[in-house]
Amino acid sequence: MRIELEKRAERSRLMALVSPLIAILLTVVSAAVIFSLYGKAPGDALYVYFVKPLTSLRTAQELVVRATPLVLMGVGLSLCYVSNNWNIGAEGQYIIGATVGGGIALLFQGQTPFYAVPLIMVGGMVGGALWGLIPGLLKTRFNTNEILTSLMLVYIAERIIDYFVRGPWRDPAGLNFPLTANFDNTLPTLFRRSPIHLDSIFAVLVVIAAAILLWRSLKGFEIRVLGEAPRAGLFAGFSPQRTTLVVFAVSGALAGLAGVSVADGTMGMLQIPFASGYGFTAIIVAFLGRLNPVGILLAGLLLALSYLGGEAAQISLKVPIGITSVIQGLLLFYVLACDTLILYRLRVTRSEAKVV
Amino acid sequence: MNFTEAVILTIIASSTPFVLAGIGELVAERSGVLNLGVEGMMIMGTITGFATAYVTDSATLGFIAAIAAGMVFSSLFAFMTLGLAANQVASGLALTILGLGLSDLVGTGFVGLNRSKIPSLDIPGLTDLPMVGPILFGQDALVYLSIALVAAVWWFLYRSRGGLILRAVGESHVSAHALGYPVRLIRFGAVLFGGGCAGLAGAYLSLADTPFWGTGMTAGRGWIALALVVFASWRPWRLLLGAYFFGAIWIGNLHIQALSGSLPRWLVWPPQFWTALPYLATVIVLVMISSGKDRSGAAPASLGTPFVPDR
Repeated sequence: MRIELEKRAERSRLMALVSPLIAILLTVVSAAVIFSLYGKAPGDALYVYFVKPLTSLRTAQELVVRATPLVLMGVGLSLCYVSNNWNIGAEGQYIIGATVGGGIALLFQGQTPFYAVPLIMVGGMVGGALWGLIPGLLKTRFNTNEILTSLMLVYIAERIIDYFVRGPWRDPAGLNFPLTANFDNTLPTLFRRSPIHLDSIFAVLVVIAAAILLWRSLKGFEIRVLGEAPRAGLFAGFSPQRTTLVVFAVSGALAGLAGVSVADGTMGMLQIPFASGYGFTAIIVAFLGRLNPVGILLAGLLLALSYLGGEAAQISLKVPIGITSVIQGLLLFYVLACDTLILYRLRVTRSEAKVV
Repeated sequence: MNFTEAVILTIIASSTPFVLAGIGELVAERSGVLNLGVEGMMIMGTITGFATAYVTDSATLGFIAAIAAGMVFSSLFAFMTLGLAANQVASGLALTILGLGLSDLVGTGFVGLNRSKIPSLDIPGLTDLPMVGPILFGQDALVYLSIALVAAVWWFLYRSRGGLILRAVGESHVSAHALGYPVRLIRFGAVLFGGGCAGLAGAYLSLADTPFWGTGMTAGRGWIALALVVFASWRPWRLLLGAYFFGAIWIGNLHIQALSGSLPRWLVWPPQFWTALPYLATVIVLVMISSGKDRSGAAPASLGTPFVPDR
């Protein structure tokens, strides 16, 4: 018996909707297997991981807090991937956004003019955009592989924030811990005493803006055409170089916004280690969301759950925190495997007698 | 042993994982498969090698287990990209994310344990020669194996019929398929070879370079091995050269920081600069290689494109 792939005449719309659900189901089943290998009752463990974080208002708000940077970055990355630009360095753009924004926040210590917070946010976006433009420029100017350069820039960004927070920006009152002073100008929260900051609103706005850009504008059409049929795009007079720069700048700016929001909102300071892995998880968010802004919003919430669940499992089940990456990695595998069903049909054939 | 000898020895030790992981990925890419999961396969080799060697008290078994772990892990990638024609870039990333997490899960019980390093060969007489002795004849067996592997891959790719077919598959899978070569089977073999090499490279870290296990201890070396393949323009001997270059930069920052008291003022930089240097150098080298007009250094034409045979 062999299983073969047979190309469908056109993309299966049904599968495009169903395949992420199959992937999620397979991930949950795999998680159950892993938990039982760890000697935990799978039912209880799954409840702790996937359901318990949703059962209180406090943790549900925490879910929104975690999902926000993932959605911001996921949308940006999806623009890159739709246009066939492999930016996998969102983590670095996130770090630089936080560093630039944090630096501006430190300039305003002791005074709180109304424009300080907007300036910090814009600074973070500009920082992220510039960091994102480096692999974009190197790709368009020198034909350098953007996968490797954007990734190397993550490691460099980590050293840059490390330098500033351990060096010139370290809080003298911080008992020698590598952290800055608490910022005087922080991103306001949505409600009093809620952990949700204004950036969650930004994320929703970005999703709407990206949906309009992709499906209702010429630039969006250009991005999609250059991704799917580059030659057709060239004949239409679209410039792949310009598009590459635009998507790298936009996704860098969104990652920068995510970074500065975490620094100036959730944390209220910079600290080492700062990197969270959100930039890599956002890649999964973009794929699970089918590179579709609305899908990314949902995928962001699901991946945020994987963080909360992982922490819950670490505390109450004593499972190492690596469980989070394992579940995230498996989810990405299953998403990619199920994507095959959109373009291909599986056909099981009897093995024919071997012709000698 | 004087200071220069010691420095050269540490450079060779830190270069060896780059040689091993790089040569494996080179073969996979020559067959047309871009596997970005090197970091994930490598770290699985690191923990599997250490855990096996610790439990069985045999470094040899550790290395064998690490090769097996790398191969099992790469076959997951092969199933996705060759069997299901999934996107190679995303599948490779998934492999890396999964490997980093899984190594943490498996390795929890091994944090903080120690083993003794694998011994270096000691050839009486030859090893005692000044300067060249320890460097040429005083390495551990894996160093010699890595160089032999590069030679063997070179011979296979350019001097054997199998290598010719493998390169043809990488250049044009459609033509190779039309000629009747089993494209997916050949690629499967190449991916497995790459996985085994990455696993071995990982085990070198935890059994020879620094004989312990720590979460995330590959620290981006797998990614640098990928850059190395581009740097080498997909040619084995250039890869060896590049690996020693990157190994020198990788370890160089430690030596420079150790010397920081006696360095001239213009070389006294923040330590973060020196630890960022390997990654910075990678970017610079990639730019220099890519902007060259030399077409012979181009990637295999089918690299990264999925192949589904029609019947």
